[in-house]
Amino acid sequence: MSHAWIQNILFLVLLLGIAVPLGPFIARVMEGERTFLHPVLGPVERGLYRLMGIQGDEDMGWKTYAWAIAFFNFLGFLAVFALQKAQGALPLNPEAMGKLPTDLSFNTAVSFMTNTNWQAYGGESTMSYLTQMLGLTVQNFLSAATAMAVLVALIRGLVRRTSPGIGNAWADLVRSTLYVLMPLSALIALLLVSQGTIQTFSAYIHTVSGQVIAMGPVASQVAIKMLGTNGGGFFNANSAHPFENPNALSNLIHMLAIFAIPAALCLTFGKMVKDRRQGWAVLAAMAVIFVMALSVTTWAEAKGNAGLKHLPVDQVATLQQGGGNMEGKEVRFGTGATSLFATITTSASCGAINGWHDSFTPLGGLVPLWLMELGEVVFGGVGSGLYGMLMFALVGVFIGGLMVGRTPEYLGKKIEAFEMKMASIAILLPSAAILIGTAAAVLSTTATASISNPGPHGFTQVLYAFSSASQNNGSAFGGLSVNIPFYNYGLAFAMLVGRFGVIFPVLAIAGSLARKKVTPEGLGTLPTHTPLFVAVLVGVVLLVGALTYLPALALGPIAEQLALR
Amino acid sequence: MNLQLRPALVSFMALSAITGLAYPFVITGLSKMIFPKQAAGSLIRANGQVIGSELIGQPFTAPKDFWGRPSATVDASGKPLPYNGANSGGSNLAPSNPSLRTAVEERIAALRAADPEATGPVPVDLVTTSASGLDPHISPAAAAFQVHRVAKARGLDEAKVRDLVAAHTEGAQLGVLGDARVNVLKLNRALEQAK
Repeated sequence: MSHAWIQNILFLVLLLGIAVPLGPFIARVMEGERTFLHPVLGPVERGLYRLMGIQGDEDMGWKTYAWAIAFFNFLGFLAVFALQKAQGALPLNPEAMGKLPTDLSFNTAVSFMTNTNWQAYGGESTMSYLTQMLGLTVQNFLSAATAMAVLVALIRGLVRRTSPGIGNAWADLVRSTLYVLMPLSALIALLLVSQGTIQTFSAYIHTVSGQVIAMGPVASQVAIKMLGTNGGGFFNANSAHPFENPNALSNLIHMLAIFAIPAALCLTFGKMVKDRRQGWAVLAAMAVIFVMALSVTTWAEAKGNAGLKHLPVDQVATLQQGGGNMEGKEVRFGTGATSLFATITTSASCGAINGWHDSFTPLGGLVPLWLMELGEVVFGGVGSGLYGMLMFALVGVFIGGLMVGRTPEYLGKKIEAFEMKMASIAILLPSAAILIGTAAAVLSTTATASISNPGPHGFTQVLYAFSSASQNNGSAFGGLSVNIPFYNYGLAFAMLVGRFGVIFPVLAIAGSLARKKVTPEGLGTLPTHTPLFVAVLVGVVLLVGALTYLPALALGPIAEQLALR
Repeated sequence: MNLQLRPALVSFMALSAITGLAYPFVITGLSKMIFPKQAAGSLIRANGQVIGSELIGQPFTAPKDFWGRPSATVDASGKPLPYNGANSGGSNLAPSNPSLRTAVEERIAALRAADPEATGPVPVDLVTTSASGLDPHISPAAAAFQVHRVAKARGLDEAKVRDLVAAHTEGAQLGVLGDARVNVLKLNRALEQAK
């Protein structure tokens, strides 16, 4: 397993190599500047604006912006819900999939609209090709575009001086989809097909021996599912399925696709605020937490399952086998590539999996769970990761300001009561949804009947479900039977709170900051690009996460770890 | 207040058409042109019939074949159906779940029964279920563990079987990505032809 660490380092180096050019590119796109793609896509963009009847540069106040985002998302919800109800009568359905129950359709529609991609269904046994493409794939794009738009609006709030507006929501949605998500997805899809990911409209294959093999237009959906940090697999087994993720190289592409935009956006931020050091500082804080988390998971999974050590089972890594905790993992990845994937997917709000987190060792599973609970601000989701992290940055400068007795400022903008209230709401609402949701579930016999593993692990299954939903991750401790009305509606509610309970406060802050003047840097200003501030930021994230969740984690994975021998 | 009705509806429908129809169709067309075999599922055919896919494991239970990973997939009614390519999934058993321990013990017993002389510790991937339930691979160690049984059942020289395993062993990609592995379906097909 020693090469797992080299794989980890290789991943981080490649990621940096992608983020450095991609970040400034995204900044140019979102500011409406010309890029090398404009000769081809520029006419499409302008054509769309004409059809929509808008000028791309009309400024919106934050309330109009928020309304546009909410309305646009609601249309997405309706489309996905309707497709699931009507798929039986629609084309591109070779396996004759029927309409889905209302609670499941509702859950799935909310899930894909909110970039969660929680899946209470198994793709290949439930969804028609048309639903996967025109419903789920579309939302993979548009939910990612939504969060990119919100992030850019927040950055504009920081940059602009005494401005009533924070940009145009329609232009932000169109630009992020056309110039960033589409071209990168197409590239990734073709790379994946070259490795063996399938892309076909043919019906399921029946082999001579009677095996039925599910097919579908997989690569196009998988590419954006990773790139948009959505995570909803075409198949039930998600990125563990050989047709989604055929080998360790495609696995590397999957992992890079998850972090590419979240990492790049830090540098987009630096460029847009005209101080690149600010972007690097945030990126550094993310990287510090990520590497700590990755080390724990990699170590715990490679060590193997302590519960099997009294059996004649060889879990030791040699040249002949990867070894380690292999239940729920694939040989072509081994524990190394699976641990890396799990840490990435839960740092980001992706939620795709290439091994079942439910079968991870207690400590190996604690890390993904806690990463989600931290708010997915370690790289995080496309857009949502950075706007979440900037909320913590506001809390950080506020605490720093209290320490030195000065009015807190971030990038020259005074952080006052309104901003702190909104930032607190954005941080606390998802936490409340997680803890209250989990508490409600464990008090209900209907909900606890869904638990599949005994003891503390059963509690962790429920805690994981509400953490994943509220933070819009979408990965699961898959043993929990969640396709019942309690979870379908309860988790959908948690997803809505976790998504819009953050987006609206963030936009409110954007609007408030945009109206403010910039105060010149003085002796009392806490610089926010220094190692000291990186440490403060890391400290705030970990402290809030620890204070909020340690009691719950003690009841789940920590108790399981102590009891496992 | 401007309700933004037209931009919302038009942008949603237009972007849906672009990302939900044009994009998957174009990718399908390009894939078919550039990577026809991969796009169609890396299928293995013989005499015009589909034997299976290189990438999707199949259940093997006879002593003369190499066995793949245990599979936790089920059929439409929830009954066990290993390597069900139409319903991928894993066991989701927790490491602390006594059922996992029992299942592993049973698998060890089955391997011992099929070859009483294979008394060493069993490679972990051979007694734990895969994530997809369709894992096409086992570790080289898991293949080596079965060489004696397979050679005996087929009346082949052990060295010859070992050579076949070696020929079908792929290392970690680029030396560091993932783990070493042996494709079970391809190995078993090669065995058939080794007669």
